[in-house]
Amino acid sequence: MGWMRFRKKEMPEGLWTKCDVCEEMLFQKELLEARKVCKKCGHHFRMSVAERIDSLLDPESFREVAADLEAIDALGFVSKGVAYPKKLTDEQKKTGRRDAIVIGTGRIRGREIAFGAMEFEFLGGSMGVVVGHKVLLAAELALERNLPLLLVCASGGARMHEGALSLMQMAKACTALARLAQAGGLCVTLLADPTTGGVTASFATTADVVLAEPRALIGFAGPRVIEQTIKQKLPKDFQRAEFLQQKGQLDRIVPRAELVDTLDRIFTGLLGPVVTGAGPHLTGVPGANGHESGRPATATLAPSDARPPIAS
Amino acid sequence: MASAHDLKDWLDFEKPIAEIDQKITEIEKLATTAPAALKPQEVLAEVGPLKNLRDKLIRKIFSELTPWDRVRLARHPRRPHATDYIEHAFTGFLELHGDRCYGDDQAISCGLAALGPRRVLVVAHRKGKTTKERVAANFGCAHPEGYRKALLKMRLAEKFGVPIVTLIDTQGAFPGIGAEERGQAGAIAKSIQEMATLRVPVVSVVIGEGGSGGALGIGVADKLLILEHAYYSVISPEGCAAILWKDAEKKGEAAKALRLTAPDLLELGVVDGVIEEPPGGAHRDPVGMAATLRTALLSQLDALSALPVVELLERRYAKYRAIGKFRWSAATAET
Repeated sequence: MGWMRFRKKEMPEGLWTKCDVCEEMLFQKELLEARKVCKKCGHHFRMSVAERIDSLLDPESFREVAADLEAIDALGFVSKGVAYPKKLTDEQKKTGRRDAIVIGTGRIRGREIAFGAMEFEFLGGSMGVVVGHKVLLAAELALERNLPLLLVCASGGARMHEGALSLMQMAKACTALARLAQAGGLCVTLLADPTTGGVTASFATTADVVLAEPRALIGFAGPRVIEQTIKQKLPKDFQRAEFLQQKGQLDRIVPRAELVDTLDRIFTGLLGPVVTGAGPHLTGVPGANGHESGRPATATLAPSDARPPIAS
Repeated sequence: MASAHDLKDWLDFEKPIAEIDQKITEIEKLATTAPAALKPQEVLAEVGPLKNLRDKLIRKIFSELTPWDRVRLARHPRRPHATDYIEHAFTGFLELHGDRCYGDDQAISCGLAALGPRRVLVVAHRKGKTTKERVAANFGCAHPEGYRKALLKMRLAEKFGVPIVTLIDTQGAFPGIGAEERGQAGAIAKSIQEMATLRVPVVSVVIGEGGSGGALGIGVADKLLILEHAYYSVISPEGCAAILWKDAEKKGEAAKALRLTAPDLLELGVVDGVIEEPPGGAHRDPVGMAATLRTALLSQLDALSALPVVELLERRYAKYRAIGKFRWSAATAET
């Protein structure tokens, strides 16, 4: 909902980017190689879905599904003379995406997973019918193929332009995730900056393991709404990932440099090592991103085929 | 029924109706205090046409309501609350307090009750009637412990096969420091996700304000109903206007754009049914409204209780899976 507040500063065109936090000038190529983390202050820049896929999944492993899903203007929504379909077209041109989420399958250190990542630049990553339905499809895919599910969240909340239909997507997504959970499926979410509103109050926080990026703003209501409601200033670092972890609302904050390794350790720790035949990228093989596997030996853990069978 | 003498509680478009009511009351009062001055036939002759006029006026005014008018009716100071329906539509309400963890959120009340021949669990937002009650209930804006309490009691009902009725009436879940610290989003999310798995029938009714996630937190149901002049929205019209119009005063336009009225929501497939209110709104006849509500709930519970649990859960899944149309870029519409 309050996604307009999060619109990021336009980056200067060209080779150099200024850090939003410490104002260090960063060489664009180096910044991308560092997974968009400022080398001086450690600030995690927001990432596009393409950058997420590149930095998280094994090379060439991502297969998108339901890419063609598009929103329709069920309400005939017009605000300040701008019709929603026009807004959608603009956002599509800006991001190259049809809506605010991309789903599919991919591999992390050779383990096949169902994957979804939200495109914050698309209307503030807001959740309308397409986002809700694609989270459902990702959960159904994970269930059908017995894959762990990873959802990278970045959203201002439910999309106003689709009214109560957007609200109902919270229930739709959670209904599908409930079914996955009941069948013994694993769901991991990564909350990136910012994750607020209807996304936080639905699929982002019901996962088996909830991770967050450093300093990510995470909350139910946006800080301005809270300030206006309670008419007092908010504590320092309120609603930042570190604050939430301290309050017991998160499993772990993971810097990007450790993300692939951490995910691999979570998947292996819960599901066992990747079994041979799962694909060409077997566990323990350094990813093409150059990360060495830092996980401990897993020989004592149950193999992945020992997971409880999934009801069809 | 509250006295019509006090005009301050009435909305501007209701004032002409309230004025006629006032006249009728005066004449009837005169007839009882000074029966010699006014014969019964004279009272009838005076009051009859006035009542006709009033009813005609109600029909006219209520056929021309704007979406914003309906939002104001949903927030009407005289509008019946869940507590009124608990009193008049249910019997033997026994409240069960607390989330067994942090506290007892007064903004959501839960309890065992009977609805006609059926045993049910009622989960309802509470707004409070007096100032003291309103403050205690935080004006119906729940904290995480409210949602945790609701889920705990719903699991209890599930364990003993007791169907669940939820009555929704909130501006929204509370946006505050404590709420965020204690995991407002997570508590609502968990309630939403677990309601999807409840192995007993769940019927939810939006009786006044259906304020976003705070409403949905107790609103995942096999059947979702809404009273004729209630609303259900992803964001308040004021909030939407402030963000998209950059002007909270454009709330009327936002209310229209959001399609948040009962007939709109029925058309969009968000709700499964609209419960008609007495002429002029539920506040003109709360007891009559409660009777209509009881009938509607019983008919839904009768149908749902006849289903095997597997079928019930399968239908609930299919219902939510189908909400909201989209298209494939080839431009073929699909649900």
